[in-house]
Amino acid sequence: MLAYVMRRLAATIPVMLIVAVLVFLMLRLTPSDPAAIIAGDNANSEQVAEIRKRLGLDQPIHTQFVIWMGKTLQGDLGESFFFKKQVTELILDRLEPTVSLAVFTILLAVMVAVPLGVLAAYRQGGWLDRIVMGFSVLGFSVPVFVIGYMLIYVFAIQLNWLPVQGYQRLGQGVGGWLQRLILPSLTLSVVLIALIARITRTSVLEVMNEDYIRTARAKGQTEGRVLIRHALANAAVPIVTVIGLGVAALIGGVVVTESVYTIPGLGRLTVDAVLARDYPTIQAVILLFSLAYVLINLIVDITYTFFDPRIRY
Amino acid sequence: MSIEALPAEVAELAPATRRPGMARMLVRNPSVVIGATIVAFLALMGLLAPMLGTISPSEINPVFRNKKPGAERTIRADDGKEMQFVHRFGTDSLGRDVYSRVVYGARVSLIIGVTVAAISVAVGLAIGLVAGYIRWLDGIVMRFMDGLMAIPAILLAMGVVSLSRAGVVAVVIAIVIPEIPRVVRLVRSIVLSIREEPYVEAAITVGTPTPTLLVRHVLPNTLAPLIVQGTFICGSAILIEAVLSFLGIGIPPETPTWGNIMAEGRSLFRIFPHNIFYPGVFLAFAVLAINMLGDGLRDTLDPRFAKRV
Repeated sequence: MLAYVMRRLAATIPVMLIVAVLVFLMLRLTPSDPAAIIAGDNANSEQVAEIRKRLGLDQPIHTQFVIWMGKTLQGDLGESFFFKKQVTELILDRLEPTVSLAVFTILLAVMVAVPLGVLAAYRQGGWLDRIVMGFSVLGFSVPVFVIGYMLIYVFAIQLNWLPVQGYQRLGQGVGGWLQRLILPSLTLSVVLIALIARITRTSVLEVMNEDYIRTARAKGQTEGRVLIRHALANAAVPIVTVIGLGVAALIGGVVVTESVYTIPGLGRLTVDAVLARDYPTIQAVILLFSLAYVLINLIVDITYTFFDPRIRY
Repeated sequence: MSIEALPAEVAELAPATRRPGMARMLVRNPSVVIGATIVAFLALMGLLAPMLGTISPSEINPVFRNKKPGAERTIRADDGKEMQFVHRFGTDSLGRDVYSRVVYGARVSLIIGVTVAAISVAVGLAIGLVAGYIRWLDGIVMRFMDGLMAIPAILLAMGVVSLSRAGVVAVVIAIVIPEIPRVVRLVRSIVLSIREEPYVEAAITVGTPTPTLLVRHVLPNTLAPLIVQGTFICGSAILIEAVLSFLGIGIPPETPTWGNIMAEGRSLFRIFPHNIFYPGVFLAFAVLAINMLGDGLRDTLDPRFAKRV
């Protein structure tokens, strides 16, 4: 088991290395000179040359990559052009809202989608099944920001139940934090619910005709236990896989949702960085989100043994 | 051997084993019919935009800013005639007619969707064929594609957009790049399974040159899955374009696209929600219709793939 985890961890290194090369080349493809941007408008050419030397920009490109990689691995992501701060500091500052939103959304999506999917499969062709299938097509099609504004309009403006926008740090009280996370998570979970409910339905349907389901029923097991202990447990692997893949959709959604709800997280930081052409920050955020995506899918792979003991490594 | 020479029962069976025509199967599929109808309607709307009671989508009118849907206004035409114009969907904060912008917006969205789908499929097909057929290139190309796939699509698109001045071409390239690896993977997997088929081995045995082999035997097998994939790419491209424009990093704001209209309506959303709702509804309908079309095409054209999903 441990050997497998180590092997899988090692296998992610080439992928991340390619991501790093792509992200690094992206910065070098930019038409602007980072040294000139950092130096500012009033700098003379000696000052620019001095900064260029300090950043190692006068070195050949492969040397620059090695320097940059070494710094990145030590957690030094450079200085933001726009915010005039260390990028690492900037990211740590914006991490809490994004992580809160993402965790909340995944929990919400799993809690809603898995039961819906199981029930839809149990009553295949029934009205619930049709609603779930229809909703899942709709969930893929309606853009995140349209859902966001619809929810704001109904729950915040018309009904006045929840705050319209904004974020409150966890340190300032759990109530306010929760209250401001409800609408954004609801918004973001729609796509995930569509994705997870659909896969849950398909994979539960597949196992419902297995012999062990018939056996479980024959020995007098209640339908609820048949569904959970026998059907869902055996259908778990594809469901967990899709949750891992859904993280990509989640990250894309985070960027939009944070803009709709003006949450000062990593997504909002990305948009601001792109608008300001703040390349060190753009690089860092892309690298970080990709690493998160790769690692979450690694964890998903490892949990397969837990959900299906037949899988041995 | 002619059909008369066959035993009677075999000759009788022959017509029954023929598959119904592809066109008829498509027309019978409700998803295809509904999806295609809505897409055709939207395409027609974009095409005939000037004739659908619209005014110029970029005409700014400071007096008529932020009007609710249904507001009326008198327009004086060039020949001096006056006419009543109703702002069906209201106006935005620059006094532009939201209805006209939404109708013209269909053009931009559909053009971007189709262009992105065509380019990603063409480039992905070329790379996928080569990677699937030339063994030593396969590893290099696929590791590169894995790297691209590890970057979430919207982030990659945002990164690419940041490299150049905002514009239609930059946005199209930014959306194409994240889609290419998905097409490459699909094409490569088809090539890998097709190259083991007896008829391909037979073709190799009789000395068919590799390019002819790829075009005559491998390419036709990729057609159905690529049409399906292209349809889904079209839908997701329209969504990503709207997201980029909505965030203010897509197509320049004066161009009427659904994302831009919504971006414009953000600041005054509490008072004038129509700027977000009308384009939002059209956008959702367009993507929904394209996804339905894709689902239906997949079920009819590519049943093997449909089973896998």
